[in-house]
Amino acid sequence: MIQPAAPDLVTVNIDGREISVPKGTNVIEAARRVNVDVPFYCYHPKLAVVGNCRMCLVEMGTPAVDPATKAPVMDPATGRQRINWSPRPAIACATNVSPGLHIRTTTQMVKDCREGVMEFLLINHPLDCPICDQAGECKLQEQATGYGRGYSRFVEQKNVKPKRTLLGPRVMLDDERCILCSRCIRFSKDVAKDDVLGFTDRGSYSTLTCYPGKKLENNYSLNTVDICPVGALTSTDFRFKMRVWFLKQTNSIDTESSVGANTVVWSREGAIYRITPRQNDAVNDTWMADSGRLLYKQVRDPSRLVGVLVNGAESALDFAVKAAADLLKAGGVAVVGSGRSSVEEQFLTRKLAEASKADAHLVSRVGKGDGLLISEDRNPNVRGALVTGLIASLPSPGLGSLGARIDAGEVRTVVSVGEDLGEAGLTPAQLSAVSVIYLGTHANATSGAARVVIPTLTVFEKDGTLVNQQFRIQRFSRAVPGAGGATDDLVVLARLVAAAGGPVLGADVASLWPAIAAEVPALGTMSHASLPDTGLLIDPAPWEALPFVEGPSLHYRPAGQREAARG
Amino acid sequence: MPAPEQHRLIFRHIDERGYTNDIACYQRNGGYQVLRKAVLRKPEELMDEVKKSGLRGRGGAGFSCGVKWSLVDRKSGKPIYLVVNADESEPGTFKDRYIIYQDPHQLIEGIMITCFANRVERAFIYIRGEFPDGARILERAIAEARSAGFAGPNILGTGYGCEIYVHRGAGAYICGEETGLIESLEGKRPYPRIKPPYFPAVLGLYMCPTIVNNVETLCHVKHVADMGGEAYSRIGTPGNTGTRILCVSGHVQRPGYYEFEVGKVTMGQLLNEVCGGPLPGRRFKAVIPGGSSAKVLRFGERYKGKRKAGAETVEYDWGVEDIPMDFDSLAMIGSMGGSGGVIVMDDSVSMVEALGNINAFYSHESCGQCTPCREGSLWMKKITARMVHGEARPEDGALLKSVADQIAGRTICAFGEACAWPTQSFIAKFGDEFKGYGEAKKAPRPDGVPELV
Repeated sequence: MIQPAAPDLVTVNIDGREISVPKGTNVIEAARRVNVDVPFYCYHPKLAVVGNCRMCLVEMGTPAVDPATKAPVMDPATGRQRINWSPRPAIACATNVSPGLHIRTTTQMVKDCREGVMEFLLINHPLDCPICDQAGECKLQEQATGYGRGYSRFVEQKNVKPKRTLLGPRVMLDDERCILCSRCIRFSKDVAKDDVLGFTDRGSYSTLTCYPGKKLENNYSLNTVDICPVGALTSTDFRFKMRVWFLKQTNSIDTESSVGANTVVWSREGAIYRITPRQNDAVNDTWMADSGRLLYKQVRDPSRLVGVLVNGAESALDFAVKAAADLLKAGGVAVVGSGRSSVEEQFLTRKLAEASKADAHLVSRVGKGDGLLISEDRNPNVRGALVTGLIASLPSPGLGSLGARIDAGEVRTVVSVGEDLGEAGLTPAQLSAVSVIYLGTHANATSGAARVVIPTLTVFEKDGTLVNQQFRIQRFSRAVPGAGGATDDLVVLARLVAAAGGPVLGADVASLWPAIAAEVPALGTMSHASLPDTGLLIDPAPWEALPFVEGPSLHYRPAGQREAARG
Repeated sequence: MPAPEQHRLIFRHIDERGYTNDIACYQRNGGYQVLRKAVLRKPEELMDEVKKSGLRGRGGAGFSCGVKWSLVDRKSGKPIYLVVNADESEPGTFKDRYIIYQDPHQLIEGIMITCFANRVERAFIYIRGEFPDGARILERAIAEARSAGFAGPNILGTGYGCEIYVHRGAGAYICGEETGLIESLEGKRPYPRIKPPYFPAVLGLYMCPTIVNNVETLCHVKHVADMGGEAYSRIGTPGNTGTRILCVSGHVQRPGYYEFEVGKVTMGQLLNEVCGGPLPGRRFKAVIPGGSSAKVLRFGERYKGKRKAGAETVEYDWGVEDIPMDFDSLAMIGSMGGSGGVIVMDDSVSMVEALGNINAFYSHESCGQCTPCREGSLWMKKITARMVHGEARPEDGALLKSVADQIAGRTICAFGEACAWPTQSFIAKFGDEFKGYGEAKKAPRPDGVPELV
């Protein structure tokens, strides 16, 4: 790994504790490092600082110097340099560290400031927590408890504002709850580059709205819901569905492209309710695309495969494996692996191809990138297939060579790991000329025509790893139990490998990894269990010359452009 | 002691019979002669004159003009802009409008000298939306000055060029705050910027170094360049040099604008002699000395303390009438010279209702960007409105003060102080009236007291 240059460190004093932090760090982040909580609403580490909520006011002091000689002024009582405390509080978000900066967060002045801001924020707030989706993850609730007075002195009429404004297809606004922090405005303008939000009216009557004729409908609109510190912006999909404190959080990865945005899947009693981004400063910061948040709907889709089929008849896994083994042993086999499979599944797919002396193919999925968090390669794990040795070169569109081999009569059986072969490019004639063994999650033309159908799991129901466009291997975990009738892909693949005469391999991630680490040089030093939540970079050198399709996106530059940027 | 004579420097021709706002009239009265001489001097010399003059900004804060100019980042290589703050919106203030309407070329000459001194090639006059005629007058005056070679490219054959543009506001008090003004000028909502880092002298208009000066201040620059910094600094009192236009409104016999040497006239002289004293049968009750955001003064209260007079420190013991009308004295007694808007209230005024009026203004004008001012100003308005509408509680005064205390010093811009200081000072000085207002409101109006509508 390339180490970043050592940043210039600045020593500051926060509540009496000295800490060295990199130059350019603000006081909120510096305080975080010494476990001092500085509350805030409008500040967001990934957005421009505006300093409008005033919740982060702290007392600030700078070392005294003689104005004429610039010599430090010492305090004879302590023997240290005297500190000139500013009579006015300063906002911690816009105050960057400077040598010797002193910060106090526990004084009466700071307490008064926080109580004052909390009171102000709540006087016109509807306090409708019992029916508010944000309850449980609301900064107003948390900080009112932590820093508020606990009672109200407000006896006037509250302001009345629009309660149900549909800003776009996925985002609903309750203006009365809005505390006008402007995070959503800054996000739309600066990150999503879709400047559609703004305030109208002024003072306490300020109202968030879309510009005339505009809608908040870009593919990143739901990030505004994530960063809304209160319940003003809610997701039309999640709104009124579930209390957040009932939900279990599971780390996962957005599988819609090779960006590999880190996510959290929120579920309860086997049902997923929402997906939100998980911070990874090297991949997706704190953002993700709206489209990736709806992927969970596939779990309970009516087209889900829930029964093993052999020759169109309901069967059991043992029989299906036996039927498949007969086909595999008969020779003339091709394996169509998937860039959507996990590294572990791709490793076993490779093993299956080896055991059945088949050649392996991969389905190419190329779309338009958005330059942010959706890349051109819509397969989340093509690099995993390269790293595990399932394929040696990038997949070509249309499964061209496979079609030719079927036409030539060299291939009689095709194993498809979740891929719809018709959609991937095989003609109906080619499909009817072969026996298909289909491992997959949802019904499609291929599963309908397959000799053997074995239902498997979606990404939300299993464990595994994916390698994104940066060659970063990232882990996803099982959020909900597998659908009834479906079997873990690893179990199915491991059994097929063994049935085809291959080695007996682990049928779960933990027991499979030693084999992977032993056989895949790039992963030799890693283990699934020890992967950090933010992933680990694999040395991309062996594959860097391949013509990957991705253009630049957030935290990613194609190899050629990286060189150019460095030069 | 009788009041001194007015010293009309800026307002020399205001309301003068036959004086018109065209360039011919201005030049007949010696106009643009200062600019002609100024462009032959070195810019540094002119800046030096302004520094020596001790000129302080006339917009409200009274900050040294020379220091403001010296803070400008001249090493960045970016253009330097001059922004003329003609958004005169502080209640009780009506001085800049007379300059703009009756003597616009005086302002333009001041602008051009300032631009030349600071090597500025673009100046913007931000004029409040409520002055449509003023904007038209300025546009015409700029066109006249341009065709006469006093503005535009190659001024007076020197090769130096500077364009002046007029930009009309859309009617918001906050656009008078310099960074809010800059945002508005850039075409955005006038949300004041956080300082640090956005000090106009470094990161101002379009993130370039910018000088923001008030209309009256720039007119003074012309006179500083004319008579020289030394001579100018001898007008007025030390530290409070030059002349000052005082706009007196409210319950006096002769409200209006009066220009005096700074500090040479006291509040008593101004109100009792110059303005003719209270209305018949009334007595002065309170006065706001520097625009509605300045802290109110109560007639009858005493201000004691020590002050510097030259080299020595002397004790002072002043009534409201004794206060010299200069920046430092008014700051010393806990208020401010502000924009020069003197608002007089006599004994017919209910302080609760007066504060209700002020609070209504500030809550309406709060931009809404930062929490304390946005929520606090409206809360204070709601409290005073409720009191005035007959629902006053004895504890409301204390609540008002507590709300105001939660605003001042905690906001992005000085609006926080502007909206909090009236409430803080009204409660501090007329607390009893607030406490007893509920009862007093219910009592029948005594005979002879005029009904206020």
